[in-house]
This record gives sequence, C-alpha cells and structure tokens, in this order.
Amino acid sequence: MRHLMSPLDFSVEELDRLMDLAGDIEAHPDKYAHACDGKKLATLFYEPSTRTRLSHEAAMLNLGGSIMGFSSADSSSASKGESVSDTIRTISCYADICAMRHPKEGAPMVACRHSSIPVINAGDGGHQHPTQTLTDLLTIRSLKGRLDHMTIGLCGDLKFGRTVHSLIHALVRYEGIRFVLISPEELRLPSYIREDVLDQKGVPYEEVVRLEDALPNLDLLYMTRVQKERFFNEEDYVRMKDFYILDAKKMALAPEDMYVLHPLPRVNEISVEVDDDPRAAYFKQMQYGVYIRMALILTLLEIEV
Amino acid sequence: MVKNTLNVGRIEEGFVLDHIQAGKSMDIYKYLHLDKLDCCVAIIKNAKSSKMGKKDIMKIECPIDFMDLDILGFIDHNITVNIIQDSQIVDKKCLHLPKKITNVIRCKNPRCITSIEQELDHVFVLTDPENEIYRCQYCEEKYR
Repeated sequence: MRHLMSPLDFSVEELDRLMDLAGDIEAHPDKYAHACDGKKLATLFYEPSTRTRLSHEAAMLNLGGSIMGFSSADSSSASKGESVSDTIRTISCYADICAMRHPKEGAPMVACRHSSIPVINAGDGGHQHPTQTLTDLLTIRSLKGRLDHMTIGLCGDLKFGRTVHSLIHALVRYEGIRFVLISPEELRLPSYIREDVLDQKGVPYEEVVRLEDALPNLDLLYMTRVQKERFFNEEDYVRMKDFYILDAKKMALAPEDMYVLHPLPRVNEISVEVDDDPRAAYFKQMQYGVYIRMALILTLLEIEV
Repeated sequence: MVKNTLNVGRIEEGFVLDHIQAGKSMDIYKYLHLDKLDCCVAIIKNAKSSKMGKKDIMKIECPIDFMDLDILGFIDHNITVNIIQDSQIVDKKCLHLPKKITNVIRCKNPRCITSIEQELDHVFVLTDPENEIYRCQYCEEKYR
C-alpha cells in the first residue's frame, strides 16, 4: 500500500505516468466516470481549506466514488483531544482512502504509520503540500510542454509557503532548472531547503527582493500569498502582506510566454487586471488539480481502467 | 592516596567510557537514563589527560547487554567505550553516528506534530552524515 507524503514519494518516471494518466482523464472523462464506484474518500481537514478539500472531493465524485469527512478540527474528535493516530485507525474502518490536512507538520506521516488505507498529505503546516505540487507539475508540463530547462521565479512567502517547498523538491530532479527566489528578507527560503536541496544538488539560484528585477528573465512565475495563519504576530503579517503585488505594469516586463501560477487563494498579490492576460494560468491550474488528484486516487487505490 | 589523584575501584562487568569531553559526563548520564537504573556509576570530571588536557570518565557497573550505547555516537563519537567482563577489558567499541535516535532529543519546532501528540516518539534521522545533521522525522526541523 502506498501513501503520498511528499512529492518525492514518486520517481520521475512514476510522475510521468501519473501525468499521462491525468492527461487521459482530461481527454476522456467518461471512461473514468465509474472507476471508483463503491469506493469512499475521507477528507480529514483539521484546518480550513476550500480548494484542496473540494478538489479531492470533486476528483472522487468524478470517478464515481463517494466522500465523507470533516472540514475543521472543531467538528472532529480532535476537539475532544483525540490523537491523529487514533483518528486514522477509526477512519481506516470507514473509508478506502483519505486526504489529510493538518496545521501541525508531520501529522499525515503519523497517520500513515497507523493507517490501513492510503493517506494523502493534503498539506501539513508549513511543511509539505504534495498534491499541490503534482497540480503545479501537470500545469507546467501542459502549458510549457516540458519540465526541464527553465528559469522559475518563486515569489512571496518562501519561508512558510509549503507549496513552494514541495515544488522545489520536485523540480530539482529535472535538468537545467534554475530558480529566482523573490522574497523579503524575513520570508526567505528556509535553510533546510536552500542548503540541503539546492546547494547539495548544485541547482543554481539567486535571491532577490525586487520582483521587477527578476521578471524579464523568467520562463514561469509562481506567486504565493503571505499566509496570515503562519504568523504568530499580527504586526509582522501586516508588514509583509502587501510586499508584492503583480499588476499589468509589471507583467509588461515579463516575456510573452511567461505563465503565472498561483496555488490560490490570492488576497491582493495578483491584481485582478492580470486575470485577462493570456499568461495568467492560475485558474487553469485549479482544473489540472482535479485531473491529477483523480489520477492519484486511481494510482493509490491500484485501480486500472 | 597520592596528591591530586583519585582512585575509583574496578568494576566486574560493565562499561568504562573514556575520553569524554570535559564537562559532558552529566549529559551522558542523562541521555543513557542512568538515573533510572539501579546500578553503580562513577563519574570522574576534569581528569587530567595528555591528549585532551581535561576529560571526563564514567564507569558503569551493569550487565553489558543492558544498555544501548548507540546514542553515545550522537553525543560524541570520539568517546572510547571499553567493555568490561570479569574485571578485564574484553572489547573496545567503535562509535558511529546512529542513523536514527528515538526519544533522546526533542523536536523544538512549535509547529511539529510532536508538540501536541504527547505519546509520540521523538525520532531524529541522520540526514547528512558529513555535517552530522539530524532532522526530525516528522517536520524535518534540524536539531541544533
């Protein structure tokens, strides 16, 4: 039985197969409409989420399966003090697969050690968010036609932004990848990614503060939100939240084939005027998120169509 | 007794830990949970050493299969471990950095799941042997 804890749980070849399957699902949705008949997905969300929870649920529903779960810790036994390991033992009796989001880092790993059903890490604190990464990879591959030889700008909260951490882990496995890390000093990429991933693998990167300086040289810009829930201190959050705003004027500095991705939700870091730009790919990204999660559910449940 | 020397008797069976960095013996006492064991322990602090200037030495009288010494490799792999049986040194153990250490050090990351799940083992994994870096198995926070 397999779980998904980190994007590195799949080899590059397995990822290719997963993305090929997602591509086939996109092209022939009817073929997969009953692939998970009788199967149940439990979504165990200990913190609020719209996209991640609903996209997992949409994926299972599209496959003909059914869904159950909770969408905040308050509406689960966690509010009574139940441990993650006890919860997952219980859920294993009810469902065939589960997706877990938890504010504490490593919670899904605790779950997978006590689970008898596949566990999907749907985000654990500021640590990992592998299904977002799979979504991002599928989006990049679909739009750019490749996952190698690219300069990728990562902008915003690189310290707590788990989507960025997971994406870096996944992309360094491809040849010719270069990163431009765009963030304020206080929200720079943590050392465990910079030193242990980028430095150790010899992946070129530069750290810059101004978005305008980076834009002309990028193949792809990945924007992130400064997440209020990651700050212990309201004052720090207020100071950081408006640091980057991507608008039409800044987009004019970017190459014509530089797509903009964002895991969403956005607050104000991408101006709505950018939405009509053909390079704005963040809503397409959401659709790819459903296809890749459908492919993931089928793969983890070992269902072949 | 000769001036400035201190004699500690032989042990029948157990361990003599030599070349402990001066002042570290109490840490080892704690890490090996010796406070919880009913055995005879001698701690010699700041003994003279030609190699180290000053060093600590510990003598622990206990059955030799009684104790997991792997953790010593994490604390200081330069420690010499002499294994004693019938009052004789029968082996000298070479210390290596253990690949995994459980419930010896605690994860200090307030966002880690170990901060709220009380029953959870605190497990650290050796991720970079060259630089002797251990990371929490759950949240990957580096141990400092």
